[in-house]
Amino acid sequence: MRAIVTVIGKDQVGIIASVCTLLAGYGVNILDISQTILREYFTMIMLVDVSGSTISFDELSKALKASGQEKNLSIRIQREDIFEAMHRI
Amino acid sequence: MIHASEIMQTIEMIDQQHLDIRTITMGISLRDCAHPDITVSCRKIYDKITRLAEKLVKTGEDIESEFGIPIVNKRISVTPIALVAESCEAEDYVPFAKALDDAAETVGVNFIGGFSALVHKGFTTGDRKLIDAIPRALSETRRVCSSVNIATTKSGINMDAVALMGRIIKESARLTEADGGMACAKLVVFANAVEDNPFMAGAFHGVGEPECVINVGVSGPGVVHHALQSIKGQPFDAVAETVKKTAFRITRMGQLVAQEASKRLGVPFGIVDLSLAPTPAIGDSVADILEEMGLASVGAHGTTAALALLNDAVKKGGVMASSHVGGLSGAFIPVSEDAGMIKAAQSGALTLEKLEAMTCVCSVGLDMIAVPGDTPWETIAAIIADEAAIGVINNKTTAVRIIPAPGKKVGDRVDFGGLLGTAPVMPVNAFSSADFIRRGGRIPAPMNSLRN
Repeated sequence: MRAIVTVIGKDQVGIIASVCTLLAGYGVNILDISQTILREYFTMIMLVDVSGSTISFDELSKALKASGQEKNLSIRIQREDIFEAMHRI
Repeated sequence: MIHASEIMQTIEMIDQQHLDIRTITMGISLRDCAHPDITVSCRKIYDKITRLAEKLVKTGEDIESEFGIPIVNKRISVTPIALVAESCEAEDYVPFAKALDDAAETVGVNFIGGFSALVHKGFTTGDRKLIDAIPRALSETRRVCSSVNIATTKSGINMDAVALMGRIIKESARLTEADGGMACAKLVVFANAVEDNPFMAGAFHGVGEPECVINVGVSGPGVVHHALQSIKGQPFDAVAETVKKTAFRITRMGQLVAQEASKRLGVPFGIVDLSLAPTPAIGDSVADILEEMGLASVGAHGTTAALALLNDAVKKGGVMASSHVGGLSGAFIPVSEDAGMIKAAQSGALTLEKLEAMTCVCSVGLDMIAVPGDTPWETIAAIIADEAAIGVINNKTTAVRIIPAPGKKVGDRVDFGGLLGTAPVMPVNAFSSADFIRRGGRIPAPMNSLRN
């Protein structure tokens, strides 16, 4: 199952590294990464494959959220389907 | 891959524009729960609901977490209880409401709808017993919602039922005096009620429905409002196009969630209801959309036209996004549940008469309106009759959910809490409709019912 991870917040050193380390630790494979700085806000979007994840989707979602809160970042993971449904016919 | 800007647009809709799935409602048939002994019947009802809906809340929460979209309510609708209850010999139907309430509590849903009767052409013995039990049923339970269908385009308006419901609403208010007449917020009087409505308080599982079904109600007035802000001053063609595109996106999400819920629960998918349902939260208001079209306040002249455009464009955009559209599908205008409506009612910009006109072109009717506690029951019945006439003649659903707030006067406020919001007490016409209501009988079905 593919999902989208989004990271939004003030730019700081090591954001990508810490998110990637967390995902790798749970066996989540990163398929694609894009990032931009929008009005001084760091925005990173990752396409990931969670089929090899060692924890449930809900636990992964909570782990990402918690790790974001430590750094004042909003990190979320959502199944890719919701974006497909909304933006593609 | 989906473009970054599209991902951010979706996240913004959810985070800042209150986009959510308003309800996943499981419809459950209770037709096999009838029994001459009320205790047995109630036990069968409780057992069936708790068995079929056991995983409803958990499934909703799982989907919420995986898709990152809030699912505000998980609810249940059941076969109109009058149909199930009338096989039993009991005179008092309140125990049925308690069985529903207990089942709802066990499975963790906040409302269960279907303490209902369909009396548009006349009453059966069971219908009468059920309606008599409504005030106590709604004041002695927390989660049960009730509805009564008193008219259809095919059969006309049952004016005896209209009169009876005027009395029942007053009695319901009296029994919940301490809570501002809260029982009335859980009671809907319908004309042309639909069988697959997922929204409370009017949801019930119609007789033509399957054993069990999943219906989903979407929402998103905030998203439509936001989209219209980007086309300020442009002609109505652009307004309609923008609403359609937005409604399409919202509905696609509803369809996705409905299919996912249906698959996980092993229950067939019924319909997506394309309604713009507001909440009292700031930025989640249908009134804001109408005002964005250029009205200084909802209720100003032009409001009905604005609402007609909105209601139609929501359907046009949504209908292609879902395989089955149903329920009420349109814009809701509940006064107490919409911050913009509350403001307009308080300032005097929005009157009961204007709301009545608006109900000709929106999805339901006079919804969540508080009126003075001393409003005569005949006046309430006459308000119901007017709404029913609009529905019957125009071939649409109309409803009345009105609260004659005990001890309250025009200008006071009644707070129902949560999604039900705060209702400013609105004035009603002071001239009497008593002799009109006391005639009773039936208003015949209109010419446009003869279509065969």
